Amino acid sequence: MELNQYKDIFVFAEQREGGIQSVTLELLGKARTLADTLGEKVVAVLAGHQISSKSQELISAGADKVIVADYPELKDYITEPYAQTLTHVINNFKPSVLLIGATTIGRDLGPRLSARVKTGLTADCTKLEIAEAGHLLMTRPAFGGNLMATIVCKEHRPQMATVRPGVMKKFDTDTTRTGEVIMLKVDFDKSKFKVRLIETIKEGKGKIDITEARILISGGRGVGMEGMPKLKELATTLKAEVSASRALVDAGVVTHERQVGQTGKTVRPDLYFACGISGAIQHLAGMEESDYIVAINKDKSAPIFQISDLGIVGDVNKIIPLLNERLKK
Amino acid sequence: MDFNISKTQTLFRQMIREFAEKEVKPLAAEVDEQERFPIETVEKMAKIGLMGIPIPVKYGGAGGDNLLYAMAVEELSRACGTTGVIVSAHTSLCAAPILEFGSEEQKQKYLPGLASGQVIGAFGLTEPNAGTDASAQQTTAIPTEGGYILNGSKIFITNAEYAGVYIIMAMTDKSKGTKGISAFIVEKETKGFSIGKKEKKMGIRGSATCELIFENCFIPAQQLLGKIGDGFSIAMKTLDGGRIGIAAQALGLAQGALSETVKYVKERKQFGKPLSAFQNTQFQLADMETKVQAARMLVYNAAWKKSQGIPYSADAAMAKLYSAEVAMEVTTKAVQLHGGYGYTREYPIERMMRDAKITEIYEGTSEVQRMVISAMLLK
Amino acid sequence: MKIIVCIKQVPDTTEIKINPVTGTLIREGVPSIINPDDKGGLELALRLKESHNAHVTVLTMGPTQADAVLREALAMGVDRAILLTDKKFAGADTLATSNALAGALRNLDYDLIITGRQAIDGDTAQVGPQVAELLDLPQVSYLENLEVKENNLFLLKKQTEEGYQLLEADAPLLVTVLASSFKPRYMNVKGIVEAYSKEVEIWGFDKITVDEENLGLKGSPTKVDKAFAKGIKGAGEIYEMDPEEAVGMIMRKLKEKYII
Repeated sequence: MELNQYKDIFVFAEQREGGIQSVTLELLGKARTLADTLGEKVVAVLAGHQISSKSQELISAGADKVIVADYPELKDYITEPYAQTLTHVINNFKPSVLLIGATTIGRDLGPRLSARVKTGLTADCTKLEIAEAGHLLMTRPAFGGNLMATIVCKEHRPQMATVRPGVMKKFDTDTTRTGEVIMLKVDFDKSKFKVRLIETIKEGKGKIDITEARILISGGRGVGMEGMPKLKELATTLKAEVSASRALVDAGVVTHERQVGQTGKTVRPDLYFACGISGAIQHLAGMEESDYIVAINKDKSAPIFQISDLGIVGDVNKIIPLLNERLKK
Repeated sequence: MDFNISKTQTLFRQMIREFAEKEVKPLAAEVDEQERFPIETVEKMAKIGLMGIPIPVKYGGAGGDNLLYAMAVEELSRACGTTGVIVSAHTSLCAAPILEFGSEEQKQKYLPGLASGQVIGAFGLTEPNAGTDASAQQTTAIPTEGGYILNGSKIFITNAEYAGVYIIMAMTDKSKGTKGISAFIVEKETKGFSIGKKEKKMGIRGSATCELIFENCFIPAQQLLGKIGDGFSIAMKTLDGGRIGIAAQALGLAQGALSETVKYVKERKQFGKPLSAFQNTQFQLADMETKVQAARMLVYNAAWKKSQGIPYSADAAMAKLYSAEVAMEVTTKAVQLHGGYGYTREYPIERMMRDAKITEIYEGTSEVQRMVISAMLLK
Repeated sequence: MKIIVCIKQVPDTTEIKINPVTGTLIREGVPSIINPDDKGGLELALRLKESHNAHVTVLTMGPTQADAVLREALAMGVDRAILLTDKKFAGADTLATSNALAGALRNLDYDLIITGRQAIDGDTAQVGPQVAELLDLPQVSYLENLEVKENNLFLLKKQTEEGYQLLEADAPLLVTVLASSFKPRYMNVKGIVEAYSKEVEIWGFDKITVDEENLGLKGSPTKVDKAFAKGIKGAGEIYEMDPEEAVGMIMRKLKEKYII
């Protein structure tokens, strides 16, 4: 493999129903920094149908170039047509780096693609940097979130990474930026289109996105089913969202899309209220980047107190109702 | 001598502990509070074969041994004493005597239902005037054409309301004393057989403990278990096996109380430090743990001997005697270490203490166990 | 119908604790378990065994100790168990792991391959889709439900962030499933009693069809440059106080932070 033939930072621009996903803008922000370090370009790859008008949005967010694949086959995400499109882009444009959002789409596409073009893929990176030698350093949590590993892919290109939504910072949108738009021609091998989409159902649960919340009131085992109404009341007062540790999700008290942690979502709100959460490491992995953490727990030795800014040793089911009362005054 | 538990036992313990933790423990307080038979738990246990652990595969059982069975009762009781005794009475006192003393026809007729948990089993020996003195049976079984007519009543019968098959002892010939007692398999829907009053108990409140009433109840000859006059011997041998189950129940209760206490003393603070930092707590826990381990050795040893076909009557008696007394001691100490909270129903400890008391009484009181053990020594 | 479920033995990461002084992982005494999503995959396969008389094979790659998870799968009810183990597989990243698994799967018959969505020790969610690609099979990841229609046509429900998609695909197919959608059954007692008397087939490199170049460390495009314990953020203020005082303290802090 002629490594020096590969250059530029490519970002898979994820769209749903024609809307550019927030994670794409975050990736463009990161790609911008990486490209500037290397003196290379940021290229967004936008696949969909009748979506070329979205190119400027990508340029404003940091892209120098947008490759648009506009086909009815790409209207909704299905693995194979997208994998063929991106394979075509990789083979023809030879990117040095390809960044993909770690969404249900990106985590389906990324590995498929990496096996097809025979390169490495690093999942759920929390940090991306350029090494002195010019390759990409991809840092990700491992072992349930407590160990960090920096992964490199020195002999293969592109260097692929997925990044979870909410982890990278967006580039400040600049609508005056200009860039090149390339319309891509893809010859699909339709004999491989074996999965057919019957319908897409929205359940309205997309409305709840704890990763977007400024304040999270999070409950754990110490709250239980009984304490939940009081947490919800506090959330309403503070215009916050309710989230939870795995204990409450497993117990069926809170739905999975509100779960914070390694197997749930990574959040970084301004204020994180950990109520009755002991702080197993897979939970901490999902919330420790929060700006200010208030923890209430009966057990003084609970690990949550090791990362909280304000720790209260006490009974959450007594403190929260009282706090609700005081806030109402 | 190999004290390691086998890979099979390790796998079994992993399963039963998870099952007890997730399916049994969450219901324990409610079952106690409402004096409710946890039928949904029985259905779940039936599905995975817990109602027929030591029954051979050819009779629909799991083909396990008595050690697995003892572990099951132990782990279930650790979460809920009621659930432990349901399985114990069903397996040891009903399915086991049919397996041991039943004819091939009886085994084929009754064991698949019992082993699969479709049918729950019970056992009736105790009467208002025949407790520890079980030979004083007043229930009679008079031979008649094609069978026997039963009259009388049994009390304190575990699983009574929910059982489908009962092993019942009755006097067929009073003149022969204990040799005049016979054992019968009685089916629930039998004319003249009814369930009497339900006991209000101190502990194991979810197990349906009732009176059984027989009024001119005809039992076909095919349902005589063993031979005429074998009843007392069948009952005594059955209780030998049953004691392993109750010993395991006591062990589970003790272990449950100990585990809860270890958790509690690390969290609870007085005088600025956790209770676990006080030497009194540490020493109490050390004694509790030592006794629980000793009880476990006795229980597993008795279960192992039974599976190996080695005489185990005195071993079962020692296991039950010791485990029951340890259960009472450990749960009592556990309540004490919990202080005022331990006395409330906010914590499971007081329930465990109430549940533990019965293990010193049923299937032979501690005094009876001492009689069995000393008889072995002095024979 | 023939089903193969790929499972992984993982440390129960929920049981891992941090040494508060050194910030390192305490791995001692952490039990090894079947990866939860993979266990969901076993459940789906066993349901299809009951409803469609499917024959279920379980495949795992790992050291010889991984035998334990195969025994557990046998006790849950699978028909055949294969342990893929060889020094040549060691040091593999996800792609090299996928190559080894695909090498074994090439020598097996299947209509459906089931993997878990992701493993709790790595959380990469890559092996399922990579295996599908290497075997040239269609894939549906994040599976919440699967129905079998006539002629081996599958109706599939795939979880998305907003809800779900309904898809259809013909066999053969690879799916990656979510633990939350397939609550696994318990091992049954008879299965446990028999588990260790059943055969676990041991397959090494010579039993699979794959280019050795693509295996192990050599076949791994990614390498770990360095691994390090995550620095612990210093603990802030901790107070033991009665609820009244605690609420006062929280109120003060919220005001300082301009939240109220």
